[in-house]
Amino acid sequence: MLLHGAEIVVETLIEQGCEVAFGYPGGQILNVYDALYERSDRIHHILTAHEQGAAHAADGYARSTGKVGVVIATSGPGATNLVTGIATAYLDSVPLVAITGNVPNSLIGRDSFQEVDITGVTIPITKHNFIVKNISDLADTIRKAFEIAKSGRPGPVLVDIPKDIQVAVYDYEPQEVVKKREERKPKQNKLIKAAAMIADSERPYIYIGGGSIISGASEEIIALANKIDAPIGSTLMGLSAIPTSEPRFLGMEGMHGQFASSIGQKECDLILAIGARFSDRATGNVAKYAKEAQIIHVDIDRAEIDKNIKSTLGIGGDIKEVLQELLLYVDDKKNPEWMARIEELKAEEKAQLEKNFDVKGLNPYTLIKEVQKHVTVNTPIATDVGQHQMWAAQYCEFAKPRTFITSGGLGTMGFGLGAAIGAAVATKEKTVLFTGDGSFGMNLNELATAVSNNAPVVIIIMNNGVLGMVRQWQTLFFNEHYSQTVLERKTDFVKLAEAFGLKGFRIQTVDELAPVLDEAFKVEGPVLIDCHIDKDEFVLPMLPPGGSFEDIIVHKEVK
Amino acid sequence: MEKFVIAVLVNNQAGVLTRVSGMFTRRGFNIDSLTVGETEDHKYSRMTITAPGDDRIRHQIIKQLKKMEDVVEVKIMPDYESVKRELALIKIRNKLDSRGEILSAVDIFRGKIIDFSPNTLCVEITGDTAKIDAFITVVRPYGILEMCRTGVVSLQRGCHYLNSELETDEN
Repeated sequence: MLLHGAEIVVETLIEQGCEVAFGYPGGQILNVYDALYERSDRIHHILTAHEQGAAHAADGYARSTGKVGVVIATSGPGATNLVTGIATAYLDSVPLVAITGNVPNSLIGRDSFQEVDITGVTIPITKHNFIVKNISDLADTIRKAFEIAKSGRPGPVLVDIPKDIQVAVYDYEPQEVVKKREERKPKQNKLIKAAAMIADSERPYIYIGGGSIISGASEEIIALANKIDAPIGSTLMGLSAIPTSEPRFLGMEGMHGQFASSIGQKECDLILAIGARFSDRATGNVAKYAKEAQIIHVDIDRAEIDKNIKSTLGIGGDIKEVLQELLLYVDDKKNPEWMARIEELKAEEKAQLEKNFDVKGLNPYTLIKEVQKHVTVNTPIATDVGQHQMWAAQYCEFAKPRTFITSGGLGTMGFGLGAAIGAAVATKEKTVLFTGDGSFGMNLNELATAVSNNAPVVIIIMNNGVLGMVRQWQTLFFNEHYSQTVLERKTDFVKLAEAFGLKGFRIQTVDELAPVLDEAFKVEGPVLIDCHIDKDEFVLPMLPPGGSFEDIIVHKEVK
Repeated sequence: MEKFVIAVLVNNQAGVLTRVSGMFTRRGFNIDSLTVGETEDHKYSRMTITAPGDDRIRHQIIKQLKKMEDVVEVKIMPDYESVKRELALIKIRNKLDSRGEILSAVDIFRGKIIDFSPNTLCVEITGDTAKIDAFITVVRPYGILEMCRTGVVSLQRGCHYLNSELETDEN
């Protein structure tokens, strides 16, 4: 059938399974919005307060479901406002398709009003991008964008569509949803070698990353851990892949990792890295990283193998498939001494925790534990970036993959609210957002979006009046020079919530904690809780910058 | 530092050069030379990139290139199984007392004079990078006024083609 380009855009999005798109209209994308208007029964569009919020929402939508998130923006500033959101998705391998309008082809290159070379801008932060120069390429380009976004290691793809392409007319025929590209099979000789290395190892340690969630390999990881009698540690991005209740699971390792998880990684003799990329935040000083361990690195992105850490054996392929096959080659084994050592480390970790937090007081730990009473196994927990994020990563309990929504690689403050709205819209679950007063201040305009869409987001601000993570570094490494980290603001978050049209609560004492949360979680739709915490709380343990697992700081007194 | 030459078959599309060179910049790799032109099949262009780096960098460059959507094929061109050529145009000061020596150097290096004026002469010289470097050293004392080099182009020897099976230099 003959359709305008703008209609082809929307039809192709629908054809490719897009049910919800996030975005913001503008001059050069008007035609697409007109096509959306006519198809609002088949595709739901959520208007955000700012394009960055739309990108984060599409990202949260994708992270919580595994589907491709879609975000739409106009040319120029609309497109550049997406940049942080696209980069966030890129660093965490989130499948996203961003559609931007642009000035007509005839005006490109003339510095026309709201013209920006967004494909040029986003080359380093997209898996790939396109500018559509011919109407005949339009539908297939969008299909290809979906294919690229979800294949292999997922990531964002941008399609820039000049105005003249949107108004041109061309034949459109619906097609099937594009399939992921087929992955090369893992090589048998590598699997045999891996099995031999595992057999020889006395202290194996399974180190999982975000790839294990993307690949849906939770079961296989636990099966492998049981078979070879190994503990499982995770990167920030790997959290929620393995249920927190799983006894072999040690939680996050790395810069603010759990003690047993980090020390386990230091003391092991074999690291089986699964869909993790040895980020500097996960390894600390690479020169001193796991010196005694052999490393088997499994990743779908072969370029990750030997990029940051030289592995003993690299296995390229889809993690789930690699592990399924590896399980056939691996013999059962027991490592009683090693597992006893892990238990020892866990006991030590518990003792440290009790020393670091007064379990009867109001602090991040007790707050998270109290919130935990109100969540279900399906509740998405989103965060912003900073201390609250690390506390959430350390103390939240997860039961199902894709329930922890956090900006890991890029560490984007201001990510949380948009992402939480996206996750709430996608899952239709009450969604918890842990944020800080710093991060929240960056994109709090999206409260408007939460309200107008009645998105069930429970926003919990850990309010300490400071930029806590940076301040923690200043305390430890910059002689307590609190340069620009003390927020002398007078923002009343409860009144702010009311101004935006949602209910706000405040928690200032431990006695208020349980009753206020009880009430807040009863609210339908968005709700905000301003919870005051001490500005001198530390995220511990901590690997000092440039340090390794030997230099881990476990208590505040030790500087 | 060790240098290596990589041949890259890419889609013949606008922006591909920016993507490829941008990847080098973004990942902190250097490029000594880069040439690009259409191939026998107009759908593809072929790049020849000379880059410095150790094993890790070499492997990373290959893998990062292979990940790119517009890259069709990537191959290292080792000295022992490939031919490499570079072309240079060199404009040299043309003076009566040095002209004879320049002409004999051009002759020895199998170059060609392709332009001649009362004050300048222009030499075309083809060969591997070392030969061109050597020629430049010889004529530099006579006064090089201007020069441009194409960078290396390279093909594998014998019945080996870039557009074939993937190299097994990976995991």
